[in-house]
Amino acid sequence: MNTQFFAAWIEEIAAAVRAQRDHLTQLDAAIGDADHGANLDRGFTAAREALAGASPQTPGALLVLVGSTLIRKVGGASGPLYGTAFREMGKAFGEAAEISPAELSTGLNAALSGVQRLGAAAEGDKTMVDALAPAAQALAQAVRDGLKPEEALEAAAAAAEQGARATVPLQARKGRASYLGPRSVGHEDPGAASTALLFGALKAAASR
Amino acid sequence: MKKLINSVDSVVTDALRGIAAAHPSLRVDLENKVVFRAGAPRPGKVGLVSGGGSGHEPLHGGFVGHGMLDAACPGEVFTSPVPDQLIEATKGVDGGAGVLHIVKNYTGDVLNFQMAAELSGDEGVEVATVLVNDDVAVQDSLFTAGRRGTGATLFVEKIAGALAETGAPLAEVARVAREVNERSRSFGVALTPCTVPAAGKPTFELGDTEIELGIGIHGEPGRTRAPMREAREIVRTAMDAIDADLPLSGETLVMVNGMGGTPLIELYIVFAEVEAYLREKGATAVRSLVGNYVTSLDMQGFSVTTCSLTGELTRLWDAPVETPALRWGR
Repeated sequence: MNTQFFAAWIEEIAAAVRAQRDHLTQLDAAIGDADHGANLDRGFTAAREALAGASPQTPGALLVLVGSTLIRKVGGASGPLYGTAFREMGKAFGEAAEISPAELSTGLNAALSGVQRLGAAAEGDKTMVDALAPAAQALAQAVRDGLKPEEALEAAAAAAEQGARATVPLQARKGRASYLGPRSVGHEDPGAASTALLFGALKAAASR
Repeated sequence: MKKLINSVDSVVTDALRGIAAAHPSLRVDLENKVVFRAGAPRPGKVGLVSGGGSGHEPLHGGFVGHGMLDAACPGEVFTSPVPDQLIEATKGVDGGAGVLHIVKNYTGDVLNFQMAAELSGDEGVEVATVLVNDDVAVQDSLFTAGRRGTGATLFVEKIAGALAETGAPLAEVARVAREVNERSRSFGVALTPCTVPAAGKPTFELGDTEIELGIGIHGEPGRTRAPMREAREIVRTAMDAIDADLPLSGETLVMVNGMGGTPLIELYIVFAEVEAYLREKGATAVRSLVGNYVTSLDMQGFSVTTCSLTGELTRLWDAPVETPALRWGR
């Protein structure tokens, strides 16, 4: 997976977020404040523009630029959290020109640690971690099992999707949905849903 | 959705243009989206910066001026501002005595202010932070995001701003800001939801005979739904929640705040009931505010905020203030 691959990933994310913008906002309206779709759309549109303007030369530099742009443009909790995820992944990749599935797995773990350090959320708190953590675990397992890259990304995407859906019966303990207490039960977490989109886009980038 | 906007994407910028045009006492940086007090920074004075999502007007931009904030950073509607904005504001109001960040306790606000404080610190600006978390409708625990910051934000901005105006050092301004927060409690009630421009429809559904108890200021549903009833009964529910958390007594500063779509006549009806409740508890409303100060777009409803006063806090509350939305004594 080279710089071009990761640029394609960001393109796929931007397209998926644009297509799902209203859906994400409606999920957020149910248990939050109805701005998640609009915020991520603004952020990834800005990330795409930043990439077009700067043409980073390595996957690491590309992801750090995406992360910094998200922190600068999105606001809310999702800006710093998603921004940190991309920055940490990019930093873990270092100067490498080509990223193996094992290195991607390392990067994803770094992203997860960064998000958890900043947001202090654990699995089961009904946040983006509930999609990110299972995806990181599935990718690590796929690498250990020696799966092909496409299969490994497929496994990560499936795990993220399943993790997002599994937030429906949970009561939120972090983020704005936590203010609703028991009334947050029965709704999919918007952050977990958008995280699942990111992994769907990763799979799509691999099959380009 | 019917709203007086030009486009959903330009809501904040278009409003800032209006604020700039209407209030020459402010300097509005349209590019960075920061509302500055004209003449900032003032040498030797602690700078006060607040900010948060838009949609709560006049909070925060309407409270920039003499005796209150030095700068305000509006984010998108209901979305916290970004670190770049906050850094511009922080550097722009630092007169060498440091800067106080007044932050409402929401995950997004906390994270963005935290990043801005760290980066401003790297650039040599001393920053102290006070978190406002006055909303008793949210159960506080180590395992949650904690209580929300709502109406007490205005009290903190006014009282800390008055102290900063006297030339007090950063540690003192931060201390009094925290004391105001600790002495303040709020509870909110919605009769209708609100409509976020980007969403285009109400944030939740509420029947004609239902109300939401324990709402925040972002159009989120409250903790419970209840049948509509007399103002007296609704006020009792709100005040019971406050009194159970911090028993009401002594000289009290009270705000009955409209959520944006509530007629003033109803707010005064609410205030009369609040005042009667306080008397029943042996407390006295010695200072009061009734009006739309910390709003939630077009939501109908109110919040009530109380602050148990001390001599020092009363003096600072009474000190002159001159901002677009709050002015007296000057």
